[in-house]
Amino acid sequence: MRAKPLLLTIAHRLAILAYIAFALFPLYWLLKVAVTPNDLLYSEGIRMWPSRASLEHFDFVLRHSAFPVFFKNSLIVSGSTAVIVTVLASLSGYALSRFNFRGKYWLVALMLLTQMFPLVMLVAPIFKILSPLGLTNSLTGLVIVYTAFNVPFATFLMQSFFDGIPKDLEEAAMIDGATQFVAFRQIILPLTLPGIAATLGFVFTAAWSELLFSLMLISGNDQATFPVGLLSFVSKFSVDFGQMMAAGVLALIPACLFFLLIQRYLVQGLTAGAVKG
Amino acid sequence: MTYVARQSGLPKSRTPLKKRIADAAAPYLYSAPALILIVTVMLVPLVLGVSYAFRDIQLLNPFSGAYIGLDHFRALSEDQAFYRALRNTLWWTGASVFFQFVFGLILALLLDKPFYGRGLAQALVFLPWAVPSFLAGLNWAWLFNPVVGPLPHWLFGLGIMSEPHNILSDPQLAMWGPIVANVWWGIPFFAITLLAALQAIPRDLYEAASIDGAGPVQRFLSITLPFLAPTIAITILLRTVWISNFADLIIVMTNGGPADRTQIVASYIFTQAFKRLDFGYASAIALVLLALLLAYSMLIVILRQWLLSKD
Repeated sequence: MRAKPLLLTIAHRLAILAYIAFALFPLYWLLKVAVTPNDLLYSEGIRMWPSRASLEHFDFVLRHSAFPVFFKNSLIVSGSTAVIVTVLASLSGYALSRFNFRGKYWLVALMLLTQMFPLVMLVAPIFKILSPLGLTNSLTGLVIVYTAFNVPFATFLMQSFFDGIPKDLEEAAMIDGATQFVAFRQIILPLTLPGIAATLGFVFTAAWSELLFSLMLISGNDQATFPVGLLSFVSKFSVDFGQMMAAGVLALIPACLFFLLIQRYLVQGLTAGAVKG
Repeated sequence: MTYVARQSGLPKSRTPLKKRIADAAAPYLYSAPALILIVTVMLVPLVLGVSYAFRDIQLLNPFSGAYIGLDHFRALSEDQAFYRALRNTLWWTGASVFFQFVFGLILALLLDKPFYGRGLAQALVFLPWAVPSFLAGLNWAWLFNPVVGPLPHWLFGLGIMSEPHNILSDPQLAMWGPIVANVWWGIPFFAITLLAALQAIPRDLYEAASIDGAGPVQRFLSITLPFLAPTIAITILLRTVWISNFADLIIVMTNGGPADRTQIVASYIFTQAFKRLDFGYASAIALVLLALLLAYSMLIVILRQWLLSKD
């Protein structure tokens, strides 16, 4: 009788290990090639770890390439998008959570619609609209577009966090004479800090990863975000594997940091918003 | 006497007009910034895009812009590349959703019960979800590259491949490259959603069932699966629509090649707009894609109603 549960436990742990290996192996390989010196790249191609590791590729990428500029541009775009979206979404999420108003149904329907249709449909019209305004090849243009794309989902996310806070709190404050906006800002927002952090992280990661619109809207090297820069690097110098992967490892850092911050909330918090969105 | 009566009647009926207007306007003020942005950056371009489908719009041709009726759709009906892209979309979406769902469900079931180190295991297996899609694509393209990647050598060693070559340049196999990358990238999404649904199932149901003598398989079929069914249905519907539009991995890994074997409709639209700068034709394809997706969603909804009414 004892042997069967033990066997099951071993099988369970092995399966978990297999999943972890599958999830991490590509990232491990990225790091491995990034620290392999050029002269060993081909001779030790499929070894699990090079006999000699060096940081020369990182050094080159950081000092002699345009990647620090791409990194800075991406940081500006993703950071501004995350902050603006979170502010707008906490306002609209609060409206959806606390008020019943005429047109609410249509607002929700519009936001759901934006989650359903293919964004690639908008590539051409958005380019046509932004071009005469001087917002193509500009980080501001990207921030505007990304903000609009992320507001609907972020609104549903923030709404689900507001729904978890009892209404009595701001009602008590309003009886004491505060306006609803003051109650919202000083009582409700501080209580939703975990939700705000999750929204910031989620939007930041989404903006950091976006590819099609930045490819379409950005043409110059000095305004390029990380995906655009990395792709143009790959198509131009496709033999410098060490440097490309070193740049790839750098692109991974902010996304992973945010992921570690929010992964605690993933199963409980994000899915509440995700199912609705 | 009158003084007392006036004072007691004051609070409700005599709210200042200004305050009542402010109260009525409040929800609109809260949602206005988000709404304005969505309308100007998404709804207006969407309507504009629909109109482009009936116009001759080429970015580099200043004389274009005229209304041409259904010409784009006529050209589209004879465009063999479009039909190929349609078939590829089915294949890409079907295989990606199927494998993401199966492996995601298994992972969710594995993570459902507490065990030592579950938090760490969960963080590690969900990590691919945080990797930017362009990087996931490049990363897998490099893994499939025999120069720096181990996969061709392993497949060769196992005798699956006659020599270590790059499957991304093999017309017969190229689609598997982006599909594998997509499965790797998308398993966490299914696992997270299904795990949340699993944890909402009341535990005493399982206890009652095992007291009644139900085995693990029976418990899975008669408790877990019925409880998960609504989540599974909605997740698969949303994911199918989303993945059929998801062109990032294909654009990064193969750019539709070799010989258009990995071109899906979404990447075909992007290629028309980005490389050929033919915005009119790109919008016409996008409109057809939208119609197909709507038809698919309607079909699923009707199917669901029919299944519900049958019970």
